Amino acid sequence: MVANIVLSEIEYTNVGKRPVRPDGVDKVTGRAQYGPDITLRGLLHGKVLRSPYAHARIKSIDTSQAEAYPGVRAVITAQELPFASLTKEELGTGYQALKFASNHILASGKVLFKGHAVAAVAASNLHVAEEAAKLIKVEYEELPAVMSVLEAMKDGATLIHDDLFTSSLGETAKTASNVAAHSRFEIGDIQQGFADADAVVEHEFQTASVHQGYIEPQNGTAFWNTDGQLDVWCSTQGAFTVRSSLADVLRHPVSKIKVTPMEMGGGFGGKIAIYNEPLAALLSKKSGHPVKVVMSRVEVFESSGPAAGSWMKVKIGATKDGKITACQAELALDAGGFPGSPAASAAMCAFACYDYPNGLIDSYDVVVNKPKTSAYRAPGSPQAAFAVESVVDELCEELGIDPIEFRLRNASKEGTRRIEGPVYRRIGLVECLEAARSHDHYQTPVNAQPSGKLRGRGVASGFWFNRGFVSSCNVTVNPDGTVGVVTGSVDLCGTRASIAQQTAEVLGIAYEDIKPSVADTDSIGYTFITGGSRTTFATGLAAINASQDIKQRMVERAAAIWESPVEDVEYVDGVIQHKSDSELSLTFKELAQRSLTTGGSITAQCNIDPSGEGNSFAFHVVDVEVDQETGKVDVVRYTALQDCGKAVHPSYVEGQMQGGAVQGIGWALNEEYFFNDQGQMSNSSFLDYRMPISLDLPMIDTVIVEVANPGHPYGVRGVGESPIVPPLAAIANAVYQATGVRMQSLPITPGKVLEALWDKNGS
Amino acid sequence: MVKVFIPTMLQPLTGGVKQLDYDAANLRQVIEQLEQSFPGIKEKLVEDDRIRPNLAVAVDGEVARMGLLEKVTETSEVHFVPAIGGGF
Repeated sequence: MVANIVLSEIEYTNVGKRPVRPDGVDKVTGRAQYGPDITLRGLLHGKVLRSPYAHARIKSIDTSQAEAYPGVRAVITAQELPFASLTKEELGTGYQALKFASNHILASGKVLFKGHAVAAVAASNLHVAEEAAKLIKVEYEELPAVMSVLEAMKDGATLIHDDLFTSSLGETAKTASNVAAHSRFEIGDIQQGFADADAVVEHEFQTASVHQGYIEPQNGTAFWNTDGQLDVWCSTQGAFTVRSSLADVLRHPVSKIKVTPMEMGGGFGGKIAIYNEPLAALLSKKSGHPVKVVMSRVEVFESSGPAAGSWMKVKIGATKDGKITACQAELALDAGGFPGSPAASAAMCAFACYDYPNGLIDSYDVVVNKPKTSAYRAPGSPQAAFAVESVVDELCEELGIDPIEFRLRNASKEGTRRIEGPVYRRIGLVECLEAARSHDHYQTPVNAQPSGKLRGRGVASGFWFNRGFVSSCNVTVNPDGTVGVVTGSVDLCGTRASIAQQTAEVLGIAYEDIKPSVADTDSIGYTFITGGSRTTFATGLAAINASQDIKQRMVERAAAIWESPVEDVEYVDGVIQHKSDSELSLTFKELAQRSLTTGGSITAQCNIDPSGEGNSFAFHVVDVEVDQETGKVDVVRYTALQDCGKAVHPSYVEGQMQGGAVQGIGWALNEEYFFNDQGQMSNSSFLDYRMPISLDLPMIDTVIVEVANPGHPYGVRGVGESPIVPPLAAIANAVYQATGVRMQSLPITPGKVLEALWDKNGS
Repeated sequence: MVKVFIPTMLQPLTGGVKQLDYDAANLRQVIEQLEQSFPGIKEKLVEDDRIRPNLAVAVDGEVARMGLLEKVTETSEVHFVPAIGGGF
């Protein structure tokens, strides 16, 4: 094993160091407040009645017995949602989106997946609510369930929505379909590209629906006051997104909704959509009490949003000297019961690691009778990379070229035009590939095979866009010289620390003197979700800008105290000093201590929607061992390399890379929503939905490749998405090298491996 | 002149033209000129006087933050791309 490595060229005082996280003590001592910890006077508990069918028409709902059950204070169905009483004309152009959002919260007319919410009960305690929910009588007419994109896209397939028409960039089809959207991207001449190729490889691939696997279940508590003020506490990646989603489905003004984000027990993209919050709100409105709704683990699996399953076909051609001439893909991702899979994102990510002259990609967003899909780190990119990087691996073998050398010959770099049009700025894929090639892992031959087991090595690349979006930050100098930094960014993974480090770097003061906190929606300007690898970049920039203002105000305050022109005062490394009079000098703390008697608090704020986020690339190397007797695949060595820009807190960056790799390993080897013939999930527990644990895995070695992002003063890029992209293909490629069989369907279970080996060996 | 790239799926509306040059100061002017050149294309890009919700516009490689008000320069490249989807 090789220790984690940081390949860095720039050193800062605070940025790039590894301080203790500000929220660490509260979390390890149990003082941190998570959603289910909320207690309010008169709090009721909610329970949701969910569909037992994957696809069925609701013929009737009778809630009378539940409403009469002792202790029950409110029962709701879709009739309580505003959508039920508004006309299409009243809802305007957003009609269909609102219909889908509303029907996802509570089914109306039809249930579209097993676990779809049908009704909800609020009662004095959870047990009463559970008993009452059982008394709700729902009469269903079961309909055929459509469980795969291929089935859903067939001519004559059962339609999940009668009024869903394929949208193709503003063009809408005339006949209803399960394909919600089709996107196409094209560059060059695809036919000429394949004609120019000496070798062409084409395969089809499939991936299963997988869950983000966060430990803390979704939860929401709401109190709808008699004056119309709605207060919500929940576990979310974006309090403002919850506020706007609630405003949409409840038709309630945002000014009357306050959302307080609680500590997060994991999200990974799965805690952006609303599930329990509107139910708690409606139950509160009806009962006059605050109501808490917490999902069970089964509900989390069956009723929140997994990552999309997929079917993909990828074809790549290259010359014998290893230059790609053409890339083509069809990518169909399942959206679950309502439109919104990351199909277009998958298309834009698919060949993003390569510079190629000719390309054609079609992507399809397809509804099926599964839970509505949600984001999961780098949405769409892991699925696409599984297919593309597997084909690249086979092409390398066919051409007899080392897989890293082949990637270097075709690597995207500054100036490469992506298929959707834009041109890359400074990126670090080449640096990652070169670091991988010289790494001890890649230089060490695959170990000799232990008896009965096969060993192989695989590699794969991965890409994510990264994003900016809107962030807000308030910075306040406290009279004791500490600095409060308030943001709207929920802390999923150490962003309090990374934002505090950037603030300390600007102000030239100690990290320990920065006090970061996360505010509710009434207390800070709009801030987009923590997700898409944006927070350390975008909210960090907001903090940097606000801190620059603080410096200027400190200079102005000192100038006022010294009765000097502002131009004669400067701020150097946390000291405010007169440029020509060395007697006039105040440390940050000394000036802060005088602030309240020299004009009041010194504060600054920044609201920002930054550009310049900088793309992210990852490259992974993995060795696996395959047991020929059982088909079990074990990961025996793993190295993750990534261009992270400047790593603000390298330990957290390493954690992101390791966590992404582990989640990708689970996606590759173990995890899947296993549906029975009726479209019901058969493994909705962590016992049966098998995620990798520490005992399953070796140490995940990391190499942070710091190619500074020119769009950020410290060179920061987002890091959280791209590490989940390469593992699926890297492992499949390693299994191929070990066994000689190419796995084109995930997960690579022991059963699939054995069947493939039997097919290969003719037994 | 601003270089405007036509998305593959809208090229039937432009008779296969993939890229045009316009003299414009912001995205609104770009789209108005596109509409003059190819009537009907605006409604594919704009809804309720805003860029369609499933669409993003990249100006010089950066997603436009200001919608139709986004400034462009005479050396700008404009691309219409799908908004990053999947509820990330």
